[in-house]
Amino acid sequence: VSLRERLASGSFAVTAEISPPRGASTQKITETAAQLKDWVDAVNVTDNQGSHARLASWAGSLAVIAAGLEPVMQMTCRDRNRIALQSDLLGASALGIRNILVMTGDHPRFGDHPGAKPVFDLDSVQLLWTLRTMRDQHVLLSGRKLAPAPDCFLGAVENPFAPPAEFRAERLGKKVAAGAQFVQTQFVFDVPAFARWLAQVRDLGLHERCAVLAGVGAVRSVRALEYMRDHVPGVEVPDDVDRRLRKVPPEKQGAEGVKLAAEIIQQVAEIPGVAGVHLLVAGNEQAVPDILNSAGVRISQEPRQNDGR
Amino acid sequence: VTAASPVPVHPRLGARVAYRLQQVLRPNAGYRWLSARIETAGSARRLFTGAERQAKEKLFGCRMCGQCALPVTGYVCPMGCPKELRNGPCGGVGADGSCEVYPERRCVWVDAYDRAASAGRTADLRLLHRPADHRRWGQSSWLNYWQDRDEDLWTAGATAEAGRGPGAHP
Repeated sequence: VSLRERLASGSFAVTAEISPPRGASTQKITETAAQLKDWVDAVNVTDNQGSHARLASWAGSLAVIAAGLEPVMQMTCRDRNRIALQSDLLGASALGIRNILVMTGDHPRFGDHPGAKPVFDLDSVQLLWTLRTMRDQHVLLSGRKLAPAPDCFLGAVENPFAPPAEFRAERLGKKVAAGAQFVQTQFVFDVPAFARWLAQVRDLGLHERCAVLAGVGAVRSVRALEYMRDHVPGVEVPDDVDRRLRKVPPEKQGAEGVKLAAEIIQQVAEIPGVAGVHLLVAGNEQAVPDILNSAGVRISQEPRQNDGR
Repeated sequence: VTAASPVPVHPRLGARVAYRLQQVLRPNAGYRWLSARIETAGSARRLFTGAERQAKEKLFGCRMCGQCALPVTGYVCPMGCPKELRNGPCGGVGADGSCEVYPERRCVWVDAYDRAASAGRTADLRLLHRPADHRRWGQSSWLNYWQDRDEDLWTAGATAEAGRGPGAHP
């Protein structure tokens, strides 16, 4: 089944992510997609993650489709203006990419081209709204008619842990009003804080219009944890997670990270309004079977369509 | 006109005073007449725009985008956000409310939320802002406001379902 159908059916969904290579080959993506395809419903293909130049998300998404898995094409507002973004949606849709994940994007200051011009012509709410209007009203931002209109399933991201905490559910509400049909969250380490945010989301009735996928990642080592805390914007690592990982010897930290991820999956799955999990494992995709096995999560296997829809 | 990189600025004008000023500046027949007169003469327009720039730069760190969002953002300028986000904060805000790009400064949206909350105006933050019109940089937003050219900058969430979407009127 497709991600859209999975979420509509109400059964637990699993997505993961692939970070395209810094190079002109899709071979690694094809291999990773083949490893993941029996484990996840769809896989995100990141858009120059962390403002580091890499192979394009649309190209990676096509490779994922060819490998028999469904892609979620990420689209950031960082590098392209409203003309390019609309054009990308038309191209992606024409080539069979259905799931589009819209995000603001990291500032170029943090990437490998810190002197790049930050574009941010649209913000994530405006981009969702634009894409939804292209699909449903068959018009571009300019008001000009489109034919045929693109077919897409629109996703958003949210960081439930970043200030202003009182506004984070409302912010998702704006994205849902603009067209978001699913949302993937930032890393969940602090399950009670996530539950507080989700309670606000439920109070606004957003979970009924937009499927919530909790972001869960397996930390590979104390070093990886430190990198994440210091260099990835918007990630907060609670001290008890840090302490827990430091207690085990380096060669066992990977296994402990998998165990921690599995525990978090089990905990968030119990919270009303959670439709599934999004595994934040770019660069560590081989951990996916271990994490899901330990968590006891298996997506129900039905014949998958091969066109990636 | 957009050369200077945006930097978050904490307003020098308190939220309460700013909201009171909003009442005073609301469009009426007088302002409409005055702004139309100012617009007919190039020199008057330049003078007025220059004065607006001086005042708003000092008070709000205004960059003269020409499509002022201040009345619905707790009078904190969203164009000071390094990503120029007009619909709310990004996901990179630090746990202490700091800006992702300028950690020594406060995120404009954290600031905006606090100021809007102090005045009971958090509902404003739910409005959906249309994409900015980059032709307007350098223009007087007060003239645009009094001439009713700003009516379409944002819309209530509920009406987003219908109509023409986020595109501005041609």
